[in-house]
Amino acid sequence: MSETAIRHDFSAEPVSNVTGYRAFTAGSFRFSRDEYFATIEWPKGRHQMPVDAFLRALMRDIAWGFFYGTVNFDAVFGTTNLYGQVDMFAGRYNDSYRAAGLDWQERFEASELMPLFKEMISDWTNDGYDPFAAPQETDAPWGRKNGGNDAAVTRQRVTARRMVGLPGDTQPRTDESGYPVNRMFADVPQDAPLVEAEPGFEDQVCAYNLFAYLSRSDVTWNPSVCSVLEDSLYCPTTEEFILPIEHGNDRVEWFMQLSDEITWDVKDKETGKPRAKVTMRAGDIAAMPADIRHQGYSSKRSMLLVWENASNAIPEMIQRGEAPVTPVQF
Amino acid sequence: MRAAQHASAARHSAVAAGDEETPLAGGGYTTVFGALNDYRKGHIEIIDDDPKNYVFSNVFEIAETCAPYERVVAGKNFDYVIEAGRAERDSPWFTNAHDEFVLCMDGEIEVRLIKPEAPLLAPDARGAHLAGAAPAGAKMGRLVLRRGHQGLLPKGCAYQFSAARPSVFTIQTVLGPVSVEKWADICIGGGQ
Repeated sequence: MSETAIRHDFSAEPVSNVTGYRAFTAGSFRFSRDEYFATIEWPKGRHQMPVDAFLRALMRDIAWGFFYGTVNFDAVFGTTNLYGQVDMFAGRYNDSYRAAGLDWQERFEASELMPLFKEMISDWTNDGYDPFAAPQETDAPWGRKNGGNDAAVTRQRVTARRMVGLPGDTQPRTDESGYPVNRMFADVPQDAPLVEAEPGFEDQVCAYNLFAYLSRSDVTWNPSVCSVLEDSLYCPTTEEFILPIEHGNDRVEWFMQLSDEITWDVKDKETGKPRAKVTMRAGDIAAMPADIRHQGYSSKRSMLLVWENASNAIPEMIQRGEAPVTPVQF
Repeated sequence: MRAAQHASAARHSAVAAGDEETPLAGGGYTTVFGALNDYRKGHIEIIDDDPKNYVFSNVFEIAETCAPYERVVAGKNFDYVIEAGRAERDSPWFTNAHDEFVLCMDGEIEVRLIKPEAPLLAPDARGAHLAGAAPAGAKMGRLVLRRGHQGLLPKGCAYQFSAARPSVFTIQTVLGPVSVEKWADICIGGGQ
């Protein structure tokens, strides 16, 4: 069923005379879109997704560099990051497809697959549609080809080197820098901490208002790095509507809910069978085990701290089966 | 498949106004933050799992029940940790050999920073350590943090927290000698 050889064949087909969009191929996977759907074809099957859901998922896969572990666009299609290489699959993590022998998986160099994904989202995103935005904050993606929105789909993930606000590092967001307070965070205090640095210590005595910083985020479900302790990364983000993917963990991932509420649907990573629903409110902190997939729902825009361990040793531990599934035993 | 069950019930009543439904007040939205005396813990509905797998706790509940400045480990990822606790009056002096970051979750916390005359720890020391009485050294400055403010506790400094009223902090750091692990006491599925 699955091919493990590296595929290097990619193509972009001519513009469709009907829809105005191009179709793309990666190995034996073919991607096309029409006015409402993205269609994925592979040697054993064909799958459709609403194009808004597909573009939101594709946008995260691009922005996160294939992320940690598996990015399930839905219950059928997705990618798995092998850190340098990427598996693209259909039905691989779906019990029914597996049982029927309809699953398919091919491997690519990440550096070769990424340009195709970027070309696809650029071509398939119409003027006014922003796949990073909450549905209430963007135009619809439907219809035939109508311009583009490269300014939105080429945003760079914000990554502080040490901490937001330090001299020479990422700076707090302001109206002047193009980051107004989001409509759902209009009540979040914008006060600054008191910082009194003695002469010579201005580059070490530093603080900023993280909640104000998050209230001005212009994207959803897209963590940015705000403080860095070696491989320990605080990656807070603002969440509204649905996490566009089901994230299949290959390592433990921690969440601390900073405001409001998110409910997480947790399923088995391999089979997709439901395991739990985790409702997190302000102040709650919890781990996502390394053998699950999760998808969050946030009715009101909320602030979530995603805490990651970016150690280069972890992928090797995962390959050796030595990475822990849960962070502690008690 | 077992029937869904609640692994924990909420301990506290509602927090800020209008939190039972999508908050809409006067045509706007109400952002719900937690506070030491006003938080509403979430829960796990188990379908086919063990609630312990989620190591689920709440930093306000931890702060409510721990001793002042007890640095309770609420998150652990290999040797990296998130500690949570309650600031109340003056803390001991702490020191470190790597950066740490403190986030005020409720109240107001002053952070006093000193650059010791000589390093108090070996360069490879991990986590926060007690620094004894106020170390001799240069004053680096101070921070006053309120809810949502994140401050740097820079590598090699000595620091002291002070809070006029009980406040809540979390710290991004490394497991060290002042870290307190008591998972069964704080997590759903343990003593919760």
